[in-house]
Amino acid sequence: MKRLGVFICHCGVNIAGTVDVKSVAEKTGRVEDVAHSADYIYMCSEPGQQIIREAIRERGLEGVVVACCSPSMHENTFRKAVKSEGMNPYLCEIANIREQCSWVHQKEKTKATEKAEEIILATLEKVRENEKLEAISVSINRSAGVIGGGIAGMTAALDLAEGGYEVLLIEKEQALGGHMTQLSKTFPDLHPALPDLLAKAREIERHPKIDLHCYSEMEDVKGYVGNFELTIRKKATSVDWGRCNGCGLCIRDCPVEYVSPFERGLGVRKAIDLLYPGSVPQKPVIRRDHCRYFHDGSCRKCEEVCPEKAIRFDQQDERIGKKVGAIVVATGFELYPTEQLGEYGYGEIPDVIDGLALERMFSVDGPTQGRIIRPSDGTVPKEIVFIQCVASRDPDRYMPYCSRICCMYTAKQAKIYKEQVPDGQPYIFYMDIRADAKGYEEFLQKTIEEKGLLYLRGRVSRVFQDDGKVRILGVDTLTGKMVEVAADMVVLATAIVPSQGVKDLASKLRATVDRHGFLTEAHIKLYPVESSTKGIYLAGCGQSPKDISDTVSQASATASKIQALLSTDQLLQDPLIAFVDENICSGCGICVEVCPYEAREMNSRRGISVVHSALCQGCGACIAACPNFACELRNSSSVQTLRMLETFV
Amino acid sequence: MDYLYFPGCTLYTKAKNFDQTARDCSLLLGFQLKELPNWTCCGATFPLATDNIMALLPPSRILARAREEGTTLTTLCSVCFNVIKRTNRLIRNDGDKRDTINNFMETNYQGDLRVLHYLEILKQDVGFPRIQEKMKKPLTGLKAAPYYGCMLLRPFEEMEFDDKEKPTLFEGFLEAMGAEAIDFPYKIECCGSFQSVGSPEVATECGYKILGSAVKNGAEVVVSTCPLCTFNIDHKQADIKQKYLDFKPIPVLYFTQLLGIAMGLDYQTLGFGQNFVDPLPLLKGKGFI
Ligand SMILES: Cc1cc2nc3c(=O)[nH]c(=O)nc-3n(C[C@H](O)[C@H](O)[C@H](O)COP(=O)(O)OP(=O)(O)OC[C@H]3O[C@@H](n4cnc5c(N)ncnc54)[C@H](O)[C@@H]3O)c2cc1C
Ligand code: SF4
Ligand code: SF4
Repeated sequence: MKRLGVFICHCGVNIAGTVDVKSVAEKTGRVEDVAHSADYIYMCSEPGQQIIREAIRERGLEGVVVACCSPSMHENTFRKAVKSEGMNPYLCEIANIREQCSWVHQKEKTKATEKAEEIILATLEKVRENEKLEAISVSINRSAGVIGGGIAGMTAALDLAEGGYEVLLIEKEQALGGHMTQLSKTFPDLHPALPDLLAKAREIERHPKIDLHCYSEMEDVKGYVGNFELTIRKKATSVDWGRCNGCGLCIRDCPVEYVSPFERGLGVRKAIDLLYPGSVPQKPVIRRDHCRYFHDGSCRKCEEVCPEKAIRFDQQDERIGKKVGAIVVATGFELYPTEQLGEYGYGEIPDVIDGLALERMFSVDGPTQGRIIRPSDGTVPKEIVFIQCVASRDPDRYMPYCSRICCMYTAKQAKIYKEQVPDGQPYIFYMDIRADAKGYEEFLQKTIEEKGLLYLRGRVSRVFQDDGKVRILGVDTLTGKMVEVAADMVVLATAIVPSQGVKDLASKLRATVDRHGFLTEAHIKLYPVESSTKGIYLAGCGQSPKDISDTVSQASATASKIQALLSTDQLLQDPLIAFVDENICSGCGICVEVCPYEAREMNSRRGISVVHSALCQGCGACIAACPNFACELRNSSSVQTLRMLETFV
Repeated sequence: MDYLYFPGCTLYTKAKNFDQTARDCSLLLGFQLKELPNWTCCGATFPLATDNIMALLPPSRILARAREEGTTLTTLCSVCFNVIKRTNRLIRNDGDKRDTINNFMETNYQGDLRVLHYLEILKQDVGFPRIQEKMKKPLTGLKAAPYYGCMLLRPFEEMEFDDKEKPTLFEGFLEAMGAEAIDFPYKIECCGSFQSVGSPEVATECGYKILGSAVKNGAEVVVSTCPLCTFNIDHKQADIKQKYLDFKPIPVLYFTQLLGIAMGLDYQTLGFGQNFVDPLPLLKGKGFI
């Protein structure tokens, strides 16, 4: 018979206010093998832990039940405490009498007290049969993979590489930088976006520790924290980048132009081109859907002119395998598909554009060389309307959340506009102004005052074309008046949504996304950069909308978390996983099918199923599925579970 | 097939021409409007306060009585349609309110009527191709602006009438009759509604903008689905003209009046005397009569 101890926490009044802890301690103390029982106001505090440690030492305890809050709060705390007295930590169990008892039965004190007792008695049953277990140690690959080469992915990759780790960086476009490459100047300091970004990008391109794969996507992933195996599809660029010297002659001579999504429909690219001028890497790609050669076998101008003989019309997609220990998902954002916003006339009225299109206009390397003009006739707009919260904060029809950056970039854009067109009038329809980061409110106030921006608090109900103008009907809720503006141009600050394909990617990585497709963190406050799957980390707008400085901070936080993970070459895993009784297993393979973590495998030689201990998460699916009762979960055996149940019924 | 028909108050007074033409057209299209016995006013507004159950009683009473007579209820007036359809939906989906209403009225109505606007019957049950077949005088060359107003469409999720921002049902109907549907930005803006009682200048401005926008986009006639809209944008044309010197009156017709012309009904039975602008010169000019 083991000598057991029971320790009951008051949690201030959280438990003791409902459960009669003294009587519970007294009653459980009378159980035959309970050698010691005690209660205390805060068991998790240092004096509380001291009580447990002393009891183990003085009473020679061989198993401990702490009746307190949820095990997700303090299981670790108490297991460490018993371990310091030489007890195997897996002989310490939590009886949750707060979330599962006192909090839910505040009005039924007697019953709550009885229930607390039962929970403790059941947990005692478990501890009686618990085995001593050791953490499983797994060797890890001390390198990281980063998916997405926007400012988030770039920052994480550089931080990790500077920390001495090998980094694999995968970007689906042909060049680095993400949306920042489309921006003109950035708030709050109005620095041009590109120079600093490109400096970072070049550093990445040259970095000996960074293995950069542009125009590539992660196709498959196997393995687990510390040991991921990635399959990367390198899409055919039709150009041998190893030979290409970036001279641009092919681009000059290519006869095909198409409307470029990068320029938001305002500019063109050649069928062979860079993503943006001066891109990093400065290597062109042939867009096969536009290229004449791929259309009818003709042309081949680029091939003729290329001095390095780098054009490869016959290049195929290539698949490569890479191993990493951790993965950062930094897949960024997209703007809400504006075509779906009928009431704002987008797509129908050429002078209604979105924020990114205006950024392109304001960019000196953009389609209008930095000048704002009306797409319909090329004139300078004298009255311009900005509409904020388009498809954001609209739970009935679009996205319920705030996109966070639009207030600031709208003010920025209105400011740049006023500097270019001093006699122009910007009108800004807004719901609230959210300018909560460092220097933002000051930037906003200064801009409004100096530039005479006209802020109208209210929504727009209709946008239509009228006599060559864009007429906007809306309301100013501060004056309670309907507003009608005949504008030359309208700029929509559309909602930030996760990039396409992220749901797919997340399911391959077994990471979760919320209902909008943003990646979910393990804990919104305490583990904001970890996903709920071990070894998968988050950074940037793929997790939630944010500006550049928040993106960079988060990416660096992610990188330092990963550096901590990779700082040793062994990883300790919880041993509370499944195991197979080899004498009973008939080799039917049902568990292999059922395991959501691919942790089961058939050993064909021995004709039985085995558990991959590093992959098993202890979910218990195979235990329920096994028709022969051949699998068990360590320290949650069927015997233990049945005995616990008997306590209750 | 027969449809239970709730006319509503105006259809017996200011909008007699709407009522009569709708009944006549239905016979030509092969269905009948069976007027509800003992009908009462629909209440005229759907209450905004969620606990204002009293205001739900008039439409609930109409619905409960209609259910005793059949399964499909139709209206012509967009306001009645709005009030009755939304009440029906509420009774169907909200068990508590359903019980309160039924207990008070001593009825047992479950919200299972199909409530349709006459235009929906034409689209869903008759079908535009059938209408096309019935054309005696297709309205070829007539530039007609479909004015939806708001009550047919809003709130979108409750009315489920057509696309929330860009409805096309009305256009489809006009085109089935051979007319050219004129798109204009004010086609789903409010007519001013009951403001014409308390602040008539508000309604006048609405009418001015709606008709002006239709004319600017090339309309020769504006087509209405609702007596209240018609009151504000048609019957008030004299007031609009007085206030806005550049305003040019334009014929505003009910869609059933146009349908009557196109199906070859005698124009003298179409009640044009109740319309502010006599449409006969236009219709004669186009050779429809
Ligand atoms: C109009 C506008 C103006 C703005 N102005 C400012 C400003 O003035 N100041 C400011 O601080 N912020 C501004 N922002 C916000 C800024 O753009 C973002 O904070 C920043 O771009 C976020 O970086 P990111 O790396 O998270 O995402 P992104 O920039 O979207 O980068 C994500 C990258 O991941 C890649 N990717 C996506 N999916 C995959 C995949 N499956 N596999 C591989 N790669 C993938 C994408 O191609 C992209 O390169 C503005 C945003 C907009 C829309
Ligand atoms: S072969 Fe294709 S990419 Fe090359 S120049 Fe011709 S169209 Fe452009
Ligand atoms: S416990 Fe879950 S994760 Fe482990 S082998 Fe069984 S099914 Fe797979």
